[in-house]
This record gives sequence, structure tokens and C-alpha cells, in this order.
Amino acid sequence: MLDSLIERIRAAHDSRTPLIIEGGGSKTFYGNPDEGEVLGTRKFTGVIDYQPKELVLTARAGTPLAEIEVLLGEQNQMLAFEPPHFGGPATLGGSIAAGLSGPRRPYAGAARDFVLGVRMIDGTGQPLRFGGQVIKNVAGYDVSRLMVGALGTLGLITEISLKVLPRPAAETTLQFELDEAAAIRNMNLWAGQPLPLSATSWHAGLLTVRLSGAASAVQAAQAKLGGETVKDAAAFWQRLRDQTTPFFDTRSSSSNQSLWRLAVNPTSPPLTVSNRLGGDAQWIEWGGAVRWLVSDRPAATLREAARAAGGHATLFRGDTPADGVFPPLAPALLILHRNLKQRFDPRGIFNHGRLYREF
Amino acid sequence: MLSPAFLSKLRSLLPPHCVLNEREDLLPFESDGLAAYRNTPDVVVLPENEAQVAAILQLCHQNKVAVVARGAGTGLAAGALPVDGAVLLVLAKLNRIKAIDTLTRTAVVEPGVRNLAISEAVAEHGLYYAPDPSSQIACSIGGNVAENSGGVHCLKYGLTVHNILALRAWTIDGQLLEIGNESLDAPGYDFLALMTGSEGMLAVITEVTVKLLPRPQRAQVVLAAFDDVAKAGAAVGNIIAAGVIPAGLEMMDRLAIQAAEAFVHAGYPLDCEALLLCEVDGVNEEVSADIYTVRQVLEASGAIEVRTAESEEQRLRFWAGRKAAFPAVGRLSPDYYCMDGTIPRAQLPHVLKRISEMSAECGLAVANVFHAGDGNLHPLILFDANQPGELAKAENFGGKILELCVEVGGTITGEHGVGLEKIKQMCTQFATPELMRFHDVKAAFDPDKLLNPGKAVPELHRCAEWGAMHVHGGQLPHPELPRF
Repeated sequence: MLDSLIERIRAAHDSRTPLIIEGGGSKTFYGNPDEGEVLGTRKFTGVIDYQPKELVLTARAGTPLAEIEVLLGEQNQMLAFEPPHFGGPATLGGSIAAGLSGPRRPYAGAARDFVLGVRMIDGTGQPLRFGGQVIKNVAGYDVSRLMVGALGTLGLITEISLKVLPRPAAETTLQFELDEAAAIRNMNLWAGQPLPLSATSWHAGLLTVRLSGAASAVQAAQAKLGGETVKDAAAFWQRLRDQTTPFFDTRSSSSNQSLWRLAVNPTSPPLTVSNRLGGDAQWIEWGGAVRWLVSDRPAATLREAARAAGGHATLFRGDTPADGVFPPLAPALLILHRNLKQRFDPRGIFNHGRLYREF
Repeated sequence: MLSPAFLSKLRSLLPPHCVLNEREDLLPFESDGLAAYRNTPDVVVLPENEAQVAAILQLCHQNKVAVVARGAGTGLAAGALPVDGAVLLVLAKLNRIKAIDTLTRTAVVEPGVRNLAISEAVAEHGLYYAPDPSSQIACSIGGNVAENSGGVHCLKYGLTVHNILALRAWTIDGQLLEIGNESLDAPGYDFLALMTGSEGMLAVITEVTVKLLPRPQRAQVVLAAFDDVAKAGAAVGNIIAAGVIPAGLEMMDRLAIQAAEAFVHAGYPLDCEALLLCEVDGVNEEVSADIYTVRQVLEASGAIEVRTAESEEQRLRFWAGRKAAFPAVGRLSPDYYCMDGTIPRAQLPHVLKRISEMSAECGLAVANVFHAGDGNLHPLILFDANQPGELAKAENFGGKILELCVEVGGTITGEHGVGLEKIKQMCTQFATPELMRFHDVKAAFDPDKLLNPGKAVPELHRCAEWGAMHVHGGQLPHPELPRF
């Protein structure tokens, strides 16, 4: 199977045929539109090695996330970055290439934080191996992490080694009626205290907080924070992670609205751009560091709002703006992106334009 | 040699006291923390602000003069070793803490700020900076980023790459790179990760935004003695399998224990082959639950003695022995050579056995201290540099240990970096296509190879000259041949 992928990529390199890498297809909405022949990874599947005592799992790119999560669950372990499935058959390779993380991210780390090593095939068909299966490794540049979030533009990831973590013994989710400004403040204040926070969300006047850890620690934190216990909390966080609540479904709205992801300084006060449509048009997570907006405002307005709040805005779902879905790069960084792309994929066959139209 | 014309231009960029090129002024910079490698720099510059750094880089770029960046000079791999004909760019004077934000839990610091100074500056707010390399009292944050430094708490709190949010860095042609921002991620490729651990090869860092964590409510340590290193190694895996992620999990072998005890009188049991120190931290209730679990697991794993520190004073005494292990071993021998391989933990008994066999073969003793939680092994090879040939023998032995680490699926460096010291072993760890890609990454940033030339990534022809053998995926070449 690996050989056939290599052959296919070599042929595409020789004939300059653009390829679109596709795993489970759960994130085809993400990124700029691109064109080419589909290079599927779904058949390249299987967990190669899993050592619970080493906290390390190695699997082929096409392995479904769901399969990995079941396997880890049997050993009471988990992928701590809670990768979104987006309601589809998400694969490990796609999750790493997209570099997206779920509600636990501010407290446990992002997808890139858990990647220990990758095997990949570059744009000339050369198989490569970077990093490894150990937690500490500083030999050579960190190409493994460079692949996380590169959306396949530097090569096809074929195999990934990840650090995994034990599942917390207990989890409780609490809810508080709070306005936006107070919720943002509390998320940040609590994160600065020794509390076992593992997820935070604010939407429509409700701050929702997940606590994870030893049962006694969760109980003590609950006693300190108060709030109402949420029933069926696992489903709440899963719907947020996978964006399966109606809020995120821009197709259902009649007006011409898009879903924007504004990554900002977590302490940023309520963004004024959201006010026009009332609090309902916004969903805050990651301790205040991500503000999801459903908006019909021009891209420039939202990008400026995010920039002023110390971050950046990405169009997540909706019509691609003229300057692309991702915020334009500063010229000095764009040159380096192009240089790297040129080195890893000299003929630009992988996912051309998906990340930035320049490459 | 640098031309007088170039030196005069360099002087025009900086106040007179910021340019050193008298021999007696240059000597303190002839080596970093790996003193076996020495080379007197041609000129040392100590800029006092970012604009001066940019101007120095531009001048060097125009004149095709190489630049070696240096922080506090505590590195252990000769990464900051001066290069002939290069400018040694010392960033120690950029040492201001520019901002501390307690609500976002971040600090913005210049690269010359010492690692420990960050935690000290934010202690009054109940916060700290997590990575704690053993040199933290002296090493600078810029150097920590360049090396992706670790410490004893990596398993739970990560390395430098997990604890920084943004960088300002300058390419060799004087372009400013603003990497990261105030949010938790950035668009485009993950240059924050690429820069971290890049050993001064890609750009020069002038500002780092670090993440601060709330100081744990409580930390408690358990000490366990074993009559067999294999049992101690298995206990480490058992603790993790029980669902505990210790804040620190350290192992010492018999020689290291004896040396540490003789030096600081930590009260360690002496009649044992291995000692484990397992620290758990967090909220009060979590620590109580974890300590209970850890004790149970240690006893079930065959520990001959288990002690829990009952006071902060006792906790610090348990740690004192481990933290003094290097100088303690230094008392046993005129010199020691510290290695830095990482291995999958399950391989520990095999690796320690091989190290002990190799030690007997070459006649040099080894003390082993081990960040057991994350698999990072620090064998300390004892030797006497005044005996002709002993340094070469120690280096050769060290190289073999690193090759062994690669053979069992590990790496030649867990946290010290490649620098010049381990450049040969890079040929063992990586095959030609990967090394070529590393050179490509370098070329994307610094096509003229002016930043820290000759370090971190070997030229391919050098690998051929050294005859180094690449061990691929744990398979030696010709796996059909028996090897003992």
C-alpha cells in the first residue's frame, strides 16, 4: 500500500498532476478550495504500535479516529487534544494535517503538542521519517510538528506517533448564568488558579466549565466554584467539539452568513463586531481564546477585529473571501512558506492553494 | 580572519564596550558548557537592543560573514562554540522582562533573561514558568528556545516548545519574523515549533512570550529503593499504567546514588541498585490520591523500601541528592562526560546492561541518572583528561551509547541538542533523504549558511568520511547477521 502511494506521487510529480489528499472527508469544508485528483488514505489504515506504559501510539494516517479512541479507551487512555470528528469518519492523518484540537486544548495542549514523529512522502515521492516514539527528542529540526496544520501542502503524512494520556478518573461539568464579560473574566481567573479545569464554553448567557481529575479533586473544585451540574455533559462537549449543534450550521440560516473562528488573546473583552446580532451569534471556548462568530460582516472587518484582539480570523464555514479563508501572512513569513513548499513539494502537486493560494 | 574594514563597520554599529576583540576579553567565550571544545572567537559583540541585533545581522549578511548566536553559554553540546571567521553574537545583555500579564498568564521577555528569573519575577502572583533545565539558575530563555530545553518535569509539563506562545526573531538578512501572537495558535506553518530547537541555525531570537502556570497547590515526593534496575524500570511503566502522570520521575543507579549520598547526605538508602524519586503535584486532593496510588504500585513492583516525604524540608532533601548528582559524580573523577540519549522506557534494562558491558570493555566507569518518566538517559562517563587518550576514549564510548539509543528506537539527544558534539551521531540517526530535508529547511531560511555554520546537521559527505552507520527503524544493516 505504501509503495502504491509512493508510485502514485512519483507519477504525479513527473506529470505535474495536482493531487488532493483526502482521509475521511470530514474536513473537506476547511481551507481554500483546491482542485486535483483525489489521493485517498482511507485504505492505509491500522494501529502499528500501542504501548500504554510508554504513553505512545503509532498508527497509519488512514486509521479512523474513532477506532483509535476505542483502543485507547480500553486502556483508560485518550487523545488529550480531543480532535474534532465533525460528525464524519475523521482519520488520524486528517486530524494531524488540519491541526485542529477540541475543548481540552487550552488545558492539555494542541494536536501539535502530542505529535512525537511522522512518516511522510514528500512531493517527489521520497518517503521520509522525522521524530520518533520518544517524548524528548531534539535531534534535527522539528519537521514532525511542521506537518501539523500544514494541510498536506508539504507532503502526505503516512504514519504518526502520538503521546497519549490517561483518562481522568472523574469529570464533572458545571454551568453558570453569566454575561459575556463576566464569563471571560472567570475563565481567565480560574485558569490562573490550581483548579482541575479541562474545558470552558460560553454561549447565550451560560458559562459551562468542565473539571477533570481525581474524584476528590473534582468534588473540591465543584464545592469551591458552585454552579449547576450539567447532565449528559459528555454529549454537550462532543457536540461543541464536532460542531454538531445548530449554532455552527450556517447552511440552516436563511441569510448569507458564515462561521468565523477568531483566535484572540483569551482576556479580550467582548468583541464589538458580534453585538449587532446579539449574544446568540457568538460561541466562546478555549478559556476565551477562541470566539466563534456567525456573521455576514466583510472579511476585512473580522480580520481587523481579531488583529486588534491580539490574534487572527479564519473563515471556517461559508463562502471563501477574496483574500482566502486564512489570514494573509506577513511578507517575510510568506517568503519562508514558499521556500519550504518549494523544497518539500517542488512541483506544487499537493493540495495547491488549500492553505494559501500562493502555494 | 575578519578584515579590519569589517571590524570597523561592526564597531560603528555598537557602543565601544559592546565589541570585544582583545584576546583576554575573548577567552571567556571560547567554549560553552561543554568545555572540552574550545575555539577563541575572532570578535564578540554584545548588543543592547533589538535594533543593534538586526543591524549586526544585516552587516554580516552583506559581507557574507558567519554569525554564531550565544545566550548564557551553558549549553552542553558545543552549539555556541565559536567558528573561525565568524562573529560571536552574545544576547546576554538583552535581559529585560518586558511585560508580565497575570490574567493571561504570560510574560514577554528578552532572550538573555535567565530561566529561573522568570519564575522568580512571577512568584508573587502564584505563577511560574514550567521548563526547568538543571542549569536554570544561569541559562537564558533564548538558549532554551534554541535547544528546546527540558528539565525534570517534561512528562507532565512538556518541553520549551510546549510552553512558549510567540517569538520575535530576525533572519540573517535582517528581516523581522513575528511568530505566534496572543492567541493559542497562528495561521500557516508552525514556525514556533520549527524555531524551537533549531540551535541558532535559522534565525536569531530577540523576544519570547512564555506561558506561565499556576503554581501547584501541593507537591509531594516518594522515594523507592530497588535491588534490581529492571524492577525499577518496570515500576516506572506501572505507575504510568495506573493512570498517574508524575510531575517528576527520576532514577539513579548504584554509582550515582553512592556519589550523591556522599556529597549531600540526602539520606538515601545505600544498599540498593536503583533509586526512584516520584513527585506528584497539583491540587491537594489529587496529590493525596496519586501518592496513595504511587505507593501501592511501587510496593507491588518489588521496591525494597518506600518513603514518602512528610514535609517540604524532607521533599527538598530527597531532591537535593538527585539535583547534585552531576557535581557529586564530579567528585569521584577528575572529569566526567554527560550523555543525553532518549530511549523507549521499556528498553531501560537492556540499555543499562549494554552500557555496563561497554564500560567494562573500555575501562571507564559510568554513573547513570535518568529522567525515567520521559526516557531521557544521562550516563556520566568518568575519565581523566590529563591521561593521554582518555578524552578520546570517553567520547568514543559516549558515541557508542548514543548509537545504542538509536538502535533501540530512541534518539541521540533528548534535551541538550546536537551542536558540534553529536554531529557524527546525526549520521547514525538519520538517513540521507532526511538529512537533505534538514539542509533544505536551513536553506529556506539561510541559503548562504551564515548562521551557526557546521553545527546541528552534518554535511552529507562528512557522514561518508566518518563511515557512520545509519540504523534505520531500530534495524541494523544486515539484520540477518547474529550480533551479541
